[in-house]
Amino acid sequence: MSTSTSLSDTATQNDFAMTERDRELILATQAGLPLASDPWAELGKQLDMGADEVLARFQAMQQAGVIRRVAAVPDHYRLGYRYNGMTVWDVADDRIAELGTAIGELPFVSHCYRRPRHLPYWSFNLFAMVHGTTREEVEDKAAQIRAVLGDACQQHTILYSSAILKKTGLRLRK
Amino acid sequence: MSATTESRRQAPIADLSPVEKVLINRLQHGLPLVRRPYAAIAEELNLNEQQVLDTVKKLLAERVLTRFGPMFHAGELGGGLTLAAMRIPEVDFERVTEQVNSFEEVAHNYRREHDLNMWFVLATETRSAIENTIGAIEVTTGYPVYNMPKEQEFHVHLHFPV
Repeated sequence: MSTSTSLSDTATQNDFAMTERDRELILATQAGLPLASDPWAELGKQLDMGADEVLARFQAMQQAGVIRRVAAVPDHYRLGYRYNGMTVWDVADDRIAELGTAIGELPFVSHCYRRPRHLPYWSFNLFAMVHGTTREEVEDKAAQIRAVLGDACQQHTILYSSAILKKTGLRLRK
Repeated sequence: MSATTESRRQAPIADLSPVEKVLINRLQHGLPLVRRPYAAIAEELNLNEQQVLDTVKKLLAERVLTRFGPMFHAGELGGGLTLAAMRIPEVDFERVTEQVNSFEEVAHNYRREHDLNMWFVLATETRSAIENTIGAIEVTTGYPVYNMPKEQEFHVHLHFPV
């Protein structure tokens, strides 16, 4: 199934204004969604809201892009994806919009962003995250990115992660 | 902090049952937003609702899943979000890791094999707080922070098939 969405599409629907009730729901589910038959009713009990209202607010937040999706987040190391490569590319500024879109569409690229250079020290402006069970797999994927970028790319490198130092996810403060 | 994080890197590859695999694959794509979402997933996968709930609880308890819940788009929450990097000499790495991680605005922090060897995501309540937080991290640690906010997002969809 192809549920991959470019969030820049949904996120620009600016007719959504988050309310205090929505914020309460976000705070209540930062650690996770209740694992109960009707999780919306469980949340409603905690927050004194009806289950239908809770569900409708989640649907509206997802529609607006505030919530990407309600989903499982695996520890990719435990699944065998030991090699997490942040591939970074020095792409001509006048081609980056077109080429960034093309790289983002490669099925194995999980995140793809344009970011600022810090010249002369850091000249890479396109970041594409790829994962693999071996280094060779990551390098093979990087070679496919390289082929798409062609002459528009001056140089690139791969930054492998060697430890997760912290992973708490995004948090709102109470 | 660094001891536990190193152990995560070395955590064994999980030995997953067929039901666990099918659920991990399906649930990374997102739960249907309906009144009984776990029953809906169960029906789709030919399982029963209790099996879905029990399996997700077990995978969370075993830390195969780090989280199950809404994935927020921080930019859309009205706050600030950025990726930042630092270059930390080995002799100072542990101290700086503790100092950086002590900021609650630091959501993820990865060590990477590069001259820029510490990469973290900062999420702040307001956009303007990013600059202040970066300044505070520089003062606390004594090292410069390279701020690399996204200028354009081309794609975000993390999925690990098993």
